[in-house]
Amino acid sequence: MNPISESPELMLATVISAGETAAFWVLGSIAVLAALGVVLLRKAVHSAIMLALVMTILAVFYGIHQAPFLMVVQIVVYTGAVLMLFLFVLMLVGVSSADSLTETIRGQRVLSAVVAACFLGALAIGLTRVRLGAPQGLDAGTAEAGGNVPWVALEVFHRYVIAFEATGALLIVAVLGALILAHQERRRRNSQRDQSRARIRGDHPTPLPGPGTYARHNAIDAPALLPDGSVAKLSINPILAAREEQPPEAPEVTGGSDEAHDALDQQPGQHTGEQDTDQRNTGTERGED
Amino acid sequence: MDPMNYILLAAVLFTIGAVGVLVRRNAIIVFMCVELMLNACNLAFVSFARMHGTIEGQIVAFFVMVVAAAEVVVGLAIIMQIFRTRRSASIDDASLLKH
Repeated sequence: MNPISESPELMLATVISAGETAAFWVLGSIAVLAALGVVLLRKAVHSAIMLALVMTILAVFYGIHQAPFLMVVQIVVYTGAVLMLFLFVLMLVGVSSADSLTETIRGQRVLSAVVAACFLGALAIGLTRVRLGAPQGLDAGTAEAGGNVPWVALEVFHRYVIAFEATGALLIVAVLGALILAHQERRRRNSQRDQSRARIRGDHPTPLPGPGTYARHNAIDAPALLPDGSVAKLSINPILAAREEQPPEAPEVTGGSDEAHDALDQQPGQHTGEQDTDQRNTGTERGED
Repeated sequence: MDPMNYILLAAVLFTIGAVGVLVRRNAIIVFMCVELMLNACNLAFVSFARMHGTIEGQIVAFFVMVVAAAEVVVGLAIIMQIFRTRRSASIDDASLLKH
């Protein structure tokens, strides 16, 4: 039936071979290290890559466990779809957003480590006392059903058909929920007529004063001077004015720092440049009208 | 090799994922750790299926994957929405209900 399920490498004997033991220790230790990397690495993208490694190793284990269907599903659905979705959202949220690793709750890490050690110890004590002997293996059932995939299909579409239908409903609901949550009302683009109407009805129908008029220099951040020598605040970009009044603060060291602000702080020149061109464009529009 | 080693590996991965959920504060990384815990459970299910010679473990693992996919879709959409309104993906910042 399925070429994967019939390949001799995956149809292992019920007794665990030496090769499988070696594969378990090598791949298992890599998986544990990668899982630690997911938790410990600072950048979310690195965590995602480590998680991909863990999932791929688990897919290999599924292959060893005579589950070729789940092996393919693991790679296609998890490593392919779910992790790509993670990376996609990371790109939208900001790749450079490194998590600040400072503790906000005192003693949280120590307590977490203690709880985790207790949990793992309890599990290990319980699990090591169980002796199941050699695994029975799935060869008999697989041969009877004509392959792993037909066997899984038989069970899913007969005994678990209600649960299968329910997962279909769940997926539909999830898709609709994601659509509603991720949907954004598209703002109507202002036409030239709208803009001119708003300008006439607003406070300043005339063009705004350009920066640097009558001032010492005509830089973009030098406000124009009115005839009486006072500063025309409207002549410069409000963002630039705010920056002049408040020098940029040092990035927050404490926890809960705003990652968007961090990203802004890392590239100040680029962002102000964009703002400047924006403002200049609107300024020229106003001047021409 | 004792086949219970696979279950122990699953327990270790599950614990690491749980520690990540407790310690990390980036919502996306917390989500990744939840996925790690789900994957560890799947490994245990598939291992038990082979040990007992039945297919049920694989079926349950399959359903876990489906539910995890649905959960990721909705969860990431919620994270995106929070990021849009609060400009932050940190779970410490989403504390409006506390005040």
